[in-house]
Amino acid sequence: MNIVVCVKQTFDTEAKIVLDANGQISSQGVNLIMNPYDEYAVEEALRIKEKQGSGEVIVVGMGGGPKSQDALRQALAMGADRAILLTDAAFEGSDEYAAANALAKAISGVQYDLILAGWRAIDDGSAQVASRLAEILGIPQVTVVTRLELAGGKATAYREIDGGVEVVEVSLPAVITVQKGINEPRYPSLQGIMKARKKELKQLSAQDLGIDTNLVGKSGARVQPRKFYLPPAKAGAKIVPGEAPEAAARLAQLLRSEAKVV
Amino acid sequence: MSKGIWVFAENNDGKVRKVTLEILSEARKIADQIGEEVAAVLLGKGVANLADTLGEYGADKVYLAEDEKLASYTTDAYTTVIARLIAEHQPTAFLVGNTAIGKDLAPRVAQRVKTGLASDCVGIKLEGNQLVFVRPIYAGKAFTEAIFADARPVMATIRPNVLPLAEPARGRKAEVAKVDVQLDASSLRTLIKEVIKQASGRPELTEANIIVSGGRGMKGPENFKILEELADVIGAAVGASRAAVDAGWREQKFQVGQTGKTVSPTLYIACGISGAIQHLAGMGSSKVIVAINKDPEANIFKVADYGIVGDLFEVVPVLTQEFKKMLAS
Repeated sequence: MNIVVCVKQTFDTEAKIVLDANGQISSQGVNLIMNPYDEYAVEEALRIKEKQGSGEVIVVGMGGGPKSQDALRQALAMGADRAILLTDAAFEGSDEYAAANALAKAISGVQYDLILAGWRAIDDGSAQVASRLAEILGIPQVTVVTRLELAGGKATAYREIDGGVEVVEVSLPAVITVQKGINEPRYPSLQGIMKARKKELKQLSAQDLGIDTNLVGKSGARVQPRKFYLPPAKAGAKIVPGEAPEAAARLAQLLRSEAKVV
Repeated sequence: MSKGIWVFAENNDGKVRKVTLEILSEARKIADQIGEEVAAVLLGKGVANLADTLGEYGADKVYLAEDEKLASYTTDAYTTVIARLIAEHQPTAFLVGNTAIGKDLAPRVAQRVKTGLASDCVGIKLEGNQLVFVRPIYAGKAFTEAIFADARPVMATIRPNVLPLAEPARGRKAEVAKVDVQLDASSLRTLIKEVIKQASGRPELTEANIIVSGGRGMKGPENFKILEELADVIGAAVGASRAAVDAGWREQKFQVGQTGKTVSPTLYIACGISGAIQHLAGMGSSKVIVAINKDPEANIFKVADYGIVGDLFEVVPVLTQEFKKMLAS
């Protein structure tokens, strides 16, 4: 079974967000990581491959800049077989629609039985691209999955819903997005890191993909961020004085009569 | 030109979800300003009676699609019915609650009708005739305003609890337009085998008005009982920090933060939570934040409105008793 995993590089969860002089999100000095949810997807793909004893795990990402390969290299070091990086100035300014167009074009050139991705990325948090990809490729989706079982060309996926879990059966190929809890991702071993250096990481431009540039980047985008801003700074807590019992009693009063929230 | 602002009428257990009513309330205000109609899109089986509620909260029209195949939500069936309706009527906007269903449905519909989608929005602004959507990024460490190019409808998922609920206009009726549902069984590619309900009797984390949350300072899973007791007195949900989840004290689905749920309750009570940046990202937009922590230097006090520097094991039970007395009187 061949599995494609979509991998995005994001800011570290510990990163503090600052705006640059042009009001854009500054990436200066920010540590970049593989989107944590995508790590679960890579791990799940590797476990499926190891269990089945055959097949290929192909990781696909998008991005530019000197560090854009890092997340894919990490996936290769974890054990993925090869990587594809979509990188081109023409892809810059993509929204989810434009990004999905490019990814779908790249993935349609690959033989796959299953596509895995994190259910959302921790940066834009939009949780759209995988579903859009499924739609373009004409295959079903199951999202926010915490347990996945494969048998006989079908997947049984346990997906998180409001107030419970839904067990869904779907025929493959399908797009499955994964949620924290599905597994515990491995750390790349030293040997894995060494091996990863020799694995194929193919870079593809818009021209390589043969995609209409009106479908990608800024010209393809349906939605644009107009401006960015930071949440207003808070003044700091009003500390309720006194020993625990009296402070608690006062706090209850304040929440009732001053804040009016209880 | 304009063909209306549409709202997806999510329902479960025979009730319209609160987030739908919040969106309808806002849609009504916007529609009145730009002279458009508000339509609710109601799918299900045996849900026709919900049209009255939708009318009272602002819908002029209800597109009602009833079918056995729509009784439970599935991506394929719901996407097909809604995308067809959109193609036929070409609304200006289609708004969906950012719930488990909304998050699964909206991107798929958006792609099928080849439009954009602003996810998990916390505000809608009307500028001229253009809708601008305010949405958090980096789980609320920053915000952006999303604007749409020419593609229509504009689509957005809206976070529960952020738009004010209007007073329902009792007796206000919506016109019901029945939708002819034609779904080929072979086009429905997922099969729901089982639904495992995990009812705690407490509100859903993302929809709760009040959340009581515990972190590393809880010291162990058994101690969350005191948070549950407080929560049950004030009708709250119980959340947890990443530290508490990673320690195995609480299930992942209760995690608040950048790698968990992003929440905006009216009141957030953080107990024994130091305030790591990734936690603050997930709850920073709560209206009132209370911090209870032993360490006066803890980061959580910087974002909190009220704080008690003290032992949560002494503070929380008193708080529970005080609220119990208060709410009984």
